[in-house]
Amino acid sequence: MSWAACENRYHDDKVFDACGLFGFIDTRGERHDGTAIATAIGCMAERGNGLGAGYAAYGLYPEFHEHYAFHVMCQSDQARSALDDYLRRHFAVVHDEPIPHRTVPGILDPPILWRYFLFPLSTQMVGRSEEDYIVHQVMTINTRLEGSLVVSSGKDMGIFKGVGHPDQIAEFYRIDEYGAYLWTAHNRFPTNTPGWWGGAHPFGLLDWSVVHNGEISSYGINRRYVEMYGYRCTMRTDTEVFAYAADLLMRRHALSPEIAAAVMASPLWNELEHMAPHQQALYRALRQTYGQLLMNGPFAIILARSGEMMGLADRIRLRPLVAAIKGDLLYVSSELSAVHLVEPRVDHVWMPQGGEPVIGRLGTRPSQSNAAGASTAMVSQEVSRV
Amino acid sequence: MSRDVAVARPLAPPRTEPVTVDARGMHYRDLNARLHELVRQGVESIAITGVAGQRYLGTSVQAPVRITIHGVPGNDLGAFMDGPYIEVLGDAQDGCGNTMNGGTIVIHRSAGDIVGHSMRGGKILVRGNVGYRVGIHMKEYASVRPVIVIGGTAQHFLGEYMAGGVMVVLGLGLAPGEPHPSRYVGTGMHGGVIYMRGAVSTTFLGKEVGLVPMEPEDEWLVQGLVRDFGAQFGLDPDPLISSHYVKLAPLTRRPYGRLYAY
Repeated sequence: MSWAACENRYHDDKVFDACGLFGFIDTRGERHDGTAIATAIGCMAERGNGLGAGYAAYGLYPEFHEHYAFHVMCQSDQARSALDDYLRRHFAVVHDEPIPHRTVPGILDPPILWRYFLFPLSTQMVGRSEEDYIVHQVMTINTRLEGSLVVSSGKDMGIFKGVGHPDQIAEFYRIDEYGAYLWTAHNRFPTNTPGWWGGAHPFGLLDWSVVHNGEISSYGINRRYVEMYGYRCTMRTDTEVFAYAADLLMRRHALSPEIAAAVMASPLWNELEHMAPHQQALYRALRQTYGQLLMNGPFAIILARSGEMMGLADRIRLRPLVAAIKGDLLYVSSELSAVHLVEPRVDHVWMPQGGEPVIGRLGTRPSQSNAAGASTAMVSQEVSRV
Repeated sequence: MSRDVAVARPLAPPRTEPVTVDARGMHYRDLNARLHELVRQGVESIAITGVAGQRYLGTSVQAPVRITIHGVPGNDLGAFMDGPYIEVLGDAQDGCGNTMNGGTIVIHRSAGDIVGHSMRGGKILVRGNVGYRVGIHMKEYASVRPVIVIGGTAQHFLGEYMAGGVMVVLGLGLAPGEPHPSRYVGTGMHGGVIYMRGAVSTTFLGKEVGLVPMEPEDEWLVQGLVRDFGAQFGLDPDPLISSHYVKLAPLTRRPYGRLYAY
């Protein structure tokens, strides 16, 4: 039986609406339990339809923070036993256990959920970096081990997701019992792709996670591009390509988040023509080098990795995104009401422009000017007063 | 000017006791059902407290009821409404006044994207800034002309595909001489008019609009709307009235007339 056959309770493959996003980082590194994030994403219930919800949390496993935490989904005991065997042959497993969960009305047929804390065996890495080895193994498991998926694979972080409403998924995974300094959340309303456990957001690889509202119209070319670098798209939806693009641009090619944002949501050509010469040169070079990672179409995303969170909307902002600051906390959300519900007295609220990243970093007190990356202000404009 | 836009029509003071509805934890369907029920009972003034993202508040209400909102209302506030006066004491989200037919929405802080989407009549006043595509596809018919007045400034694609109505953007909060940051204003616009106080960047203006000199008729129209805005928010309208305005109007009534038919 395929994953899709049992997971989509509505047995359709195409419905229409939007998704909800929420994320926050406490830049002091103070850990918050999952109550606030669940309340915030639950406020935007109208944005989802129960076919997917999930949470990513950073600073999650202090007791195992040096080891990669693999959250896995298996369809059957045989699949888990094959995966277990595979992992023990390719990694040193420090600890493993079922991911604790409660029985929740409405959460039907969950897969077997397990987590492994592990590190790569140097004898197996054959010259690869540790991270490249992890990427390779995650891709291998997700494409070759029938009935098993690795849904997150970073250190000191984890992704909890499934088919259900956000409050159900929060209850199911007991996220109120975890602490994290950075949380992101998603409320899914699948549009062009099926609602299934693996297809719920966030999507992750290493410590990257991404939640997404919208669609990537350029998915075909983006996917072919990341596949050239060894990434394999296995989740049957477009969003995962953001996670792989992030890993390629920011880890392997060591670009800053601001530059990665300019690749994924680049300025329009006509705006580029009005930039200062050195900026034109930079943005042209990015388009020439990474044109195939331009994410076209309507989107808003929250991308996170250890110590950093970035909100970004497409260059003409066809999906909503608001940002807010309260003291050391930076919030990014699809809707302002969700921010107000968990923090009624924010210091500052703004709506980032399309293509303008909102970045929160551990250890840097947030402000709009240091959260906003490449500003549109650098364009020289002709001003007219008739 | 024969057309009925500039005159504010404040509601008569409510004749019934104000009714307060606590919206905390309420689903929008229940909240809207309660609103409609109160309106049916003849209640003329309703305060909703603890609002947290409930959508479609006041949708399709067709009575001159006064609704005051405490908290952040959800998307499509006042959609299809015809007659109410809705006052939001803080910020509002996307799609306020979606396809509204008549009445007034007053927002004391900022509003999100597509404010006044396909608006057909009535008035929206926003004290702060607004997001993308505000006034998208607003339209007018005969003497019915919708109005949006924005106290702050607007993000991009203001008046996209605008087919009728009036928008005024006052730019309060911009530094002296600082142009509105709004790009692609009036993209696809083929009716209506936009007045922007101060300076407008022409580098990224929508292709379908032009800057047109202000005529006495325009001055008269803007004055009326600014006085109304000032009265609503307790601002002295005189400095705003004596300011310089840029008028943006469509270059053609049918910008895409030759796009599909040659």
